[in-house]
Amino acid sequence: MTLSLPGGRSDLRRRFALTVGGFGALAAAACLFAPLVGSTRIDLARVFDRSQPFSANVDAQIFFVARLPRVLASALVGGSLAAAGAVFQALLRNPLASPDTLGVSAGAALGAMIAIVVHADFVVLGVSAVPLAGFAGSIGALAVVYGLSTARQRGTSTVTLLLAGVVLSALLSAVNAFVQYVADFAETYQAVRWLLGSLDVAGYAPIAAASVPTAIAAVGFATLPRVLNLMSLGSDAAAARGVDVARTERIALVSASLATGAAVSLAGPVSFVGIIVPHLVRLIVGADHRLVLPASALFGAAFLIGCDLVARTIIAPVQLPVGIVTAIIGGPFFLWLLFTRAR
Amino acid sequence: MVRIDNVSFSYGPAKAGHYVRRGAIDDMRPSVVDGVSFEVRRGTILGLLGPNGSGKTTLLRLVGGTLTPKVGRVTLDGVDVARLPRRALARAMAVVPQETRTTFEFSVLDLVLMGRYPHLRPFELEGPADLAIARDALAATGTLALESRPFSTLSGGEKQRVVIAAALAQAADVLLLDEPTASLDLRFQIEIGALLRRLNRDRGTTMVLATHDLNLATAICTDMVMLRAGRVAASGPTADVVTAANIRAVFDVDADVQVHPRAGRVTVIPIGAG
Repeated sequence: MTLSLPGGRSDLRRRFALTVGGFGALAAAACLFAPLVGSTRIDLARVFDRSQPFSANVDAQIFFVARLPRVLASALVGGSLAAAGAVFQALLRNPLASPDTLGVSAGAALGAMIAIVVHADFVVLGVSAVPLAGFAGSIGALAVVYGLSTARQRGTSTVTLLLAGVVLSALLSAVNAFVQYVADFAETYQAVRWLLGSLDVAGYAPIAAASVPTAIAAVGFATLPRVLNLMSLGSDAAAARGVDVARTERIALVSASLATGAAVSLAGPVSFVGIIVPHLVRLIVGADHRLVLPASALFGAAFLIGCDLVARTIIAPVQLPVGIVTAIIGGPFFLWLLFTRAR
Repeated sequence: MVRIDNVSFSYGPAKAGHYVRRGAIDDMRPSVVDGVSFEVRRGTILGLLGPNGSGKTTLLRLVGGTLTPKVGRVTLDGVDVARLPRRALARAMAVVPQETRTTFEFSVLDLVLMGRYPHLRPFELEGPADLAIARDALAATGTLALESRPFSTLSGGEKQRVVIAAALAQAADVLLLDEPTASLDLRFQIEIGALLRRLNRDRGTTMVLATHDLNLATAICTDMVMLRAGRVAASGPTADVVTAANIRAVFDVDADVQVHPRAGRVTVIPIGAG
């Protein structure tokens, strides 16, 4: 299972191709086969059968209209959260860090909650008020954390950043609880459903909208892997090897938060993917972020597609919140890997 | 080759955008470097000696460019270090800290190859030449056999030798060492000391070594700067600086300084608090 060879780095190119190819194939297979499963069985050959028009091809309609958006949303959310988690863990030099650690998720939840309570009812570029407010909340939370950590115009210290994030998360959750408490029953019900996370998106428009910040984040992520290797030795050690630490922290914080904000606004706060997937990937490909980061994004996509498949089929027609499934499947699997592969 | 010219520093608000490490308790104190001047000549090992809080580590960071002097300047072959881009600086000077921890399980070879970072273009992978340089550095520190071990499983002395190898792989002319033996037991202290002297002799590596260990310093340093409260108390060739009078003035310790009959070199024997 392991791809790391004792020969060292001369084989890095091959390991990279193997990693991206392997996890990419897994993600692609998940995207292709997950939409086939559901209350109505459909057939992949008939889905891509060009001999009849789309309007007459029921299988193709179910595949592309009813199920694929949800699968693509899972891929986008899972990939974004896992990559953001890997970046946060390296940046904060803390294996327990996740996209939730810095208050980005709590900010998104509060934004969405407020939009629900005030019955905000507007649509911008096909995105409705609740996800927009969620995205705004996540960016607001990031701005507060970043502002606090650089208040004295020095480089960000990871301890300051972590503490600020934990405090901000708690504060935002308290405000969120207060808003829920004063809200009426129907609003609270809607908010709780949102907070449990759901990938049941309406069509492709929300996915297209969420993919814009995700794409920007992906550009940021692309510059990071090698620098994150060095940053995980400490910011002093990284600086001594020629890393521009302040710039790296800026790029990492902003792109990881954009990715998290996009994911949370699309699906609500899906827990566990951001913390567990990077660790699973490290157990397989090793510590080098040039492998960990792309593998996390691809495996996160496949992982969440799989979890959502279980969530919507296991007690059909009732659909479970996907966050419950990620924890129930991911937790024991992670513990098993951790203890069977412990050195 | 490295000149420190009338350098002063205090941990006040730094210039915007400039990187300053925080979080460690020793950085919270208003520790100061005050009007310090000295020169590091090519091929020498210069010891920065002084008691805790005398400004050794701060001075080393000023030399390495992770801190910028408030007054005065540090020049490398005549170029102001503050004006050099980080990557160029890292090609000229490498740092060996007191301790190195890896958050994730990097192998020894991974860690040493990280020293190649300032030599690689963005997105460039380490090539065969980089691998050869890394293996050469591992061989020079006697750690070639450890190359595929996870770094976190090594002993303290092995870790420090590997970190020195990573600094060598950086192919810098100057090595800055911050208390490299402070967390090691006696045998490893001697081993690292011998390794540094051998690297200096065989490769001509220039070193600046911050330490409070007088006997380590007398064993390997060619020159010495003694610091007290951020100021230079004494400087010059090791034999001239290591005197009972200087040790009393800088460390508040009554000590005998003698050429030890068996070691054959100047040895400091602390007698009691001065």
